[in-house]
Amino acid sequence: MRTVLDPTGERRAPARALLPRPASLRGRTVGLLDISKARGDVVLDRLEELLREDGVTVRRYRKPTFARIAPVDLRHEITEQCEVVIEALAD
Amino acid sequence: MQLPDGLVAVVKRDCPTCVLVEPVLRGLGAAVWCQDDPTWFDHDDTDLEFSYRLGIETVPTLLRVADGAETARAVGWSREQWELLTGVAGLGEGLPEHRPGCGSLSVDPSQVDALEARYGDGLASRRVELADLEDEHEALFDRGWTDGLPVVPPTPERVLRMLRGTTRDPGEVVAVVPPDLVPCTVEKVAVNAVMAGCLPEHLPVVLAALEAASAEEFALHGLLATTYFAGPVVVVNGPVAGRTGMNSGVNVLGQGNRANATIGRALQLVVRNVGGGRPGEVDRATLGNPGKYTFCFAEREQDSPFAPLAADRGVPGDAVTVFAGSGVQPVVDQLSRDPESLARSFAVCLRVNAHPKLPMAFDAMLVVSPEHGRVFREASWDRARLLAELDGLLRMPAGELVRGAGGMAEGLPPGTAADELPKFRPGGLLVIHAGGDAGLFSAVVGGWVAGETGSAPVTREVRA
Repeated sequence: MRTVLDPTGERRAPARALLPRPASLRGRTVGLLDISKARGDVVLDRLEELLREDGVTVRRYRKPTFARIAPVDLRHEITEQCEVVIEALAD
Repeated sequence: MQLPDGLVAVVKRDCPTCVLVEPVLRGLGAAVWCQDDPTWFDHDDTDLEFSYRLGIETVPTLLRVADGAETARAVGWSREQWELLTGVAGLGEGLPEHRPGCGSLSVDPSQVDALEARYGDGLASRRVELADLEDEHEALFDRGWTDGLPVVPPTPERVLRMLRGTTRDPGEVVAVVPPDLVPCTVEKVAVNAVMAGCLPEHLPVVLAALEAASAEEFALHGLLATTYFAGPVVVVNGPVAGRTGMNSGVNVLGQGNRANATIGRALQLVVRNVGGGRPGEVDRATLGNPGKYTFCFAEREQDSPFAPLAADRGVPGDAVTVFAGSGVQPVVDQLSRDPESLARSFAVCLRVNAHPKLPMAFDAMLVVSPEHGRVFREASWDRARLLAELDGLLRMPAGELVRGAGGMAEGLPPGTAADELPKFRPGGLLVIHAGGDAGLFSAVVGGWVAGETGSAPVTREVRA
């Protein structure tokens, strides 16, 4: 019997189910997260226009840099203030 | 393990001193374990567990045991010591006063790793038993633990040997490794270092490289996740580079040197296996680069015009510097013999880093070869002098950089206030001396998103 040692971290990230997709966004609060990629604002500005026309409350957020993970505080802020979030990758 | 009260001995039949004291042991009625012949005395220790657990280094060893605990020990044959230990006078009539023993099989170099793996309590990693019909190399591919090339199977024996390369506790957490943010112990680094093909003396360099790469300002998560080319490049300074057989000379950025190849590979295997960073999953690189298998080399400190890179960055002696690097771009200048001319060649080649119209966006590393380095050494230009010269040469008129200029859409958004912009942010260009004696070539290793928005190089001491 040959034995080797497990080279992995020996843990598995918990899988969290997505919330059910809302039937309509009307009257809901939607966060638009700009990750600071070039021209991300172009797509988010247009999305904001369209969402407002549909009676959606829009809040805008921005990561300091696309190259690093979103700060914990920003993630908490979005979680507490929004029911839906749209993240723009752009380029 | 329960020891019988009274006299206990460990012997091997292959040892002349043990044969010599056989009648004495039988006369004393000692409980005797034999390492190499289960029929010689009452007890069989051919699996060496008894010897290992008692820490026997020499045979014969005679113990006195009371209430299950050892109270006295004599090594080899010495009439005086044995009489003292047993309280019996006149032992071993006709024997010499003293005979040294022989080495215990339990400390035989060919056995010791296996015994520690079997009976020691030092390793915490999950043990994975491979089925008899599994090819051991294929088994590691099948489990997703390799970078695409075969790895050395990380048996407990090999990992224990690897751990002897450091004085650090196997359970010590070296770093929290992204993307899964897993606390990574010295032992887990050792497992992956075995797989990468490292020798134990390479382990301290791997540990330092992992510490550096996991520093917040290096932004390893983003570096892994980016669609860009880059991966960690490890530059080693100090005597440790020579001691571990690293290459700083001919073909320094190429293949063929075990230390260079395996240290860089071990870092990447830790990111893959411990951190969970795998291509196509969190690693989203569009093209990647071959250096993502391994990219590690030593600075050529002898005959360098520059102080060691790590020393210039505040860490003298044995140290690693990690840089988010993207691959090698040749720089050819076979005619410049003065530093001003050569610096101009470097500048025009550096200007194209990522894109000639993108200033301060991407870092770079300039690897200056010895024949180019000689030009600066003879002119007494140090690193700061060369960097200052390059900074002056790499100020670019803003008008040439805006979107649309030169018929290229890529570039700065309109409305840039400054008249000119530097190619590199302060600290965004690393200069290193390395390579073979001959060749009027240097190299640009393109970087990644610069500084606070992306990755900054990190230097850390290599500790034993």
